[in-house]
Amino acid sequence: MNARALSYVLAAAALVGLTALAFAVGRYPVSLNEIFSLLAGQPVSANVETVVMQVRGPRVLAALLVGAALAAAGTAYQGMFRNPLVSPDILGVSTGAALGAVIAIFMSLGVFFIQIFAFAGGLVAVGLVYWIGSRLRGHDPLLALVLTGVVIGTLLGSAIALLKYLADPYNQLPAITFWLLGSLAAISPRDLATAAPLALLGLAPMLLLRWRMNLLALPDDEARALGVDTRRLRTIVVAAATLMTAAAVAVSGIIGWVGLLIPHAARLLVGPDFGRLLPLAMLLGAAFLLAVDTLCRTIATIEVPPGVLTALIGTPFFLWLFALARRPW
Amino acid sequence: MADGAPLAGLLACLSTAVAFAQSAITDSTGREIRPPARVERVYAAGAPATMLVFAIAPDKLVGWTRALRPNEAQFFAERYARLPELGRLTGRANTANVEVVLQAKTDLIVDVGSTSASLASLAVQVEAQTGLPYALFDGRIEATPATLRALGKLTGNVERADELAAWYHQELKEASERAARARSRPRVYYGRGPAGLQTGGKGSINVEVLEFLGARNVAAEARAGLVTVALEQVLLWDPEVILTTDPNFWQLARGDARWRSVTAVERRRVHLAPHLPFGWFDFPPGANRLLGIWWAGRLLYPEAFDIDLRAKVAEFHRRFYHREPTPSQLDSLLAQ
Repeated sequence: MNARALSYVLAAAALVGLTALAFAVGRYPVSLNEIFSLLAGQPVSANVETVVMQVRGPRVLAALLVGAALAAAGTAYQGMFRNPLVSPDILGVSTGAALGAVIAIFMSLGVFFIQIFAFAGGLVAVGLVYWIGSRLRGHDPLLALVLTGVVIGTLLGSAIALLKYLADPYNQLPAITFWLLGSLAAISPRDLATAAPLALLGLAPMLLLRWRMNLLALPDDEARALGVDTRRLRTIVVAAATLMTAAAVAVSGIIGWVGLLIPHAARLLVGPDFGRLLPLAMLLGAAFLLAVDTLCRTIATIEVPPGVLTALIGTPFFLWLFALARRPW
Repeated sequence: MADGAPLAGLLACLSTAVAFAQSAITDSTGREIRPPARVERVYAAGAPATMLVFAIAPDKLVGWTRALRPNEAQFFAERYARLPELGRLTGRANTANVEVVLQAKTDLIVDVGSTSASLASLAVQVEAQTGLPYALFDGRIEATPATLRALGKLTGNVERADELAAWYHQELKEASERAARARSRPRVYYGRGPAGLQTGGKGSINVEVLEFLGARNVAAEARAGLVTVALEQVLLWDPEVILTTDPNFWQLARGDARWRSVTAVERRRVHLAPHLPFGWFDFPPGANRLLGIWWAGRLLYPEAFDIDLRAKVAEFHRRFYHREPTPSQLDSLLAQ
């Protein structure tokens, strides 16, 4: 077995082990026996069933889904923009989603509408960035896209700041702050059932085009010489990555670092080829966020915001990776 | 207000007489406040201060920190509901412009709430900038009578303020005596935010009403201040009563499968605190929470709180908002 295959096997094994562990631990004590009984269809107490099937189970699956989605989107963007510092929100999807959520909270809407607004906000923001960016002629199209993303992102950020300023300081402002911190604490089975198909819908084109994705790393004229319409391919990748990220962020709020860090780690293990990179990045992303979220919900009576933990782990790890990596990404 | 007008006029004359005799007042941060001899226009820097100034001297309040929405305005006389929006001046989340405060020809600035060092320094700074006296008072529920009396002295409405303070003190006394008589204390969870997973630990300003009532807050072990907890943690606590200020969570908790096995949900004891014209239970953290004490007391200890909540609400409105709610307004306030 070569080193690459070993990476997949180890990542998959870690994911399975972590998932089992995540089901077994939590604030509410549930024994392994009870989990096995539940899986075998034997009767358990109503509380245990609620905890495992309605609360912990969906949350574990949501962590896997959001982690994998952010890692996949990050991998696609880092390849497409030929830049290792790119994360899934480079085109404003997270900021757009945040603005959507903040508007919904400002209007005192419930969880469901907050998610809908966040999802729509993410799509609209990237749509706007892409539309403007592709109309800025005479520049490198990627540069135009990134710059538009940064500028529009800043504008949306100001809109968020304005709404925070106008929000009721005792009620809405804390709710906004908590949403922006990101959390999987409030995940329900319905959230998962809505977000999962959307994320998979985004994943499908990436999987289908995974070999052609490498051509995006080439300069446009070279890719064209090879018979690839880079413009169309880019549109598809942006749409797919945006769909995945928006679906994830709508249920989790903003959780940083996963989409930036995980593609690096995966690249270090299996090299830059997108076809090999994507599955490993998704495995690692899912495992990483699951580990983080399991810590978030177990180490204290109160929840720890996952973004804080991902940053605490991510910052030193990222610097270490950077110091270590000499090969071309 | 019509029925109270002659009395208010008489009091105004009396208090003006007193105003000339007043000397410096010490605020909750220990600073000496020297109001002008006649205080006619008062700017309140936040919602809790606004409520107290309005209760003592509605005609001296220069404006609301946030304009009243129609559903709030219905509880006030037209001329008060129309007062302009001036923004708040509370340090971190200022929306007021000091020039606007000056332009409102203010004689005095008051704030009621936290008396932390940062707010005290803000008071000193604004005082230096504007030359206006800026008094800062403790906003805890128990401190309300003392704060009312101090505000009475500052604004020159001593009798009116003392009368309100005595009444408020009596209400608090009655409530704490009733709470002490409670035979059983159910485990209670206060859920905030649309998903109901934010709550307040022991010492948190958000659960002051619960602490006043000596309630068993299941989240007491969490740190003070607003925190997020896991749903599993709430299931583990298994509260017997859930109180909330969020209508979205109130709906959610009663219908969602994840909350079904919580004892409070099974026993249909999930309660939404009324929020008009100012919230009863948690925010704004002002004198309005007296109603939250009666409301929550009756829900938690029904045998000890055999009170007429409707009459309590009507009286509070009459004294603090200067208008008794109509029967239909009372019906809608007490509908839940």
